[in-house]
Amino acid sequence: MHIHTVLSPCGDLEMSPSNIVAKAKEVGLSIIGIADHNSTKHCALVRKIADKEGIFVLMGVEVTTKEEAHCLTFFPDEASLNSFQRFIDDRLPSIPLDVDLFGYQVVVNEDDEIVEEVPYLLISGLNASIEEIEKMVHALGGLFIPAHINKNKFSVISQLGFIPFDLVYDALEISPHTTPAKFCSLIPGLKAQTFIQCSDSHIPDTIGSAYTIFNIAQPTFDEVKLALHRTDGRYVAIP
Amino acid sequence: MKIAEVAEQLNLKVCSGENGLSNDVLGGYASDLLSDVMGNAQAGAIWVTLQTHKNIMAVASLKDLAAVVLVKGAEPDADTAAHSNDEGIPILTTELDAFTIVGQLYNLLK
Repeated sequence: MHIHTVLSPCGDLEMSPSNIVAKAKEVGLSIIGIADHNSTKHCALVRKIADKEGIFVLMGVEVTTKEEAHCLTFFPDEASLNSFQRFIDDRLPSIPLDVDLFGYQVVVNEDDEIVEEVPYLLISGLNASIEEIEKMVHALGGLFIPAHINKNKFSVISQLGFIPFDLVYDALEISPHTTPAKFCSLIPGLKAQTFIQCSDSHIPDTIGSAYTIFNIAQPTFDEVKLALHRTDGRYVAIP
Repeated sequence: MKIAEVAEQLNLKVCSGENGLSNDVLGGYASDLLSDVMGNAQAGAIWVTLQTHKNIMAVASLKDLAAVVLVKGAEPDADTAAHSNDEGIPILTTELDAFTIVGQLYNLLK
């Protein structure tokens, strides 16, 4: 649920939508989440290619809040995804991309040909607080998941000391460097929450290196949401 | 030195927490990572940051800080200011950037 494409400055040039889908198929993933930094522009293409392979794509984005906390967001359809893209466009600082420092930010087509270069640095913090972003995501029917909360940089906990008590989220993501049990031994107050673990892949080789099992009836956005909320017998498990 | 004197000498605007202006300043700390502040700031410090989220007041209260100084003209969010009033820990703001105000604070408090 946390794969970067070549559109992210830190995403390897090999992370084209077709390569990601091919690798996901090779390692046996049935659902993948696309979450570039502050951009949704590759989601629809990944979904189109993945559809042919029977892989379900959660379309989303890894936003950087004003506090520089990274959060995963996913949307039920292209309309809500595009609405959220406009929200981002209005709030992303116009810092020109230095390709030598940060890497390329390109949109490609199905044949891996570059069709657009995004000129502004995509990893900057949006001019919106974590609460403003959470409210927008949920107003659009999306999922809001603070990312790699165990990490000591760019996580809600590193930036804000602890998760704001009134923050509404659908799950919490931990990185492959820990386990829910280990993490909760440090912060027991989070034991009752739903955790997902993801690869945060920036290169093809790590796709599938960490994953979460969704016990659901069929791969759809609504079923994924039910599982995160442990409703109607659906649930998630970290292997 | 009291917060009120620091505010006057460095031309800091008081945004909230007026009831804490008589807090004693025992030192200073500058950081925008709240996890770092929780780990390393000392009680009685005046803390310089650009974060305006309400969690800054939870951290300031937890660490028993004297006051928070926001930089570059930042104002506290409404819930942050309310918490500052409740705790009696003033939030001050300056138009200066962190480097400049920290230099001035250092000279004043050394």
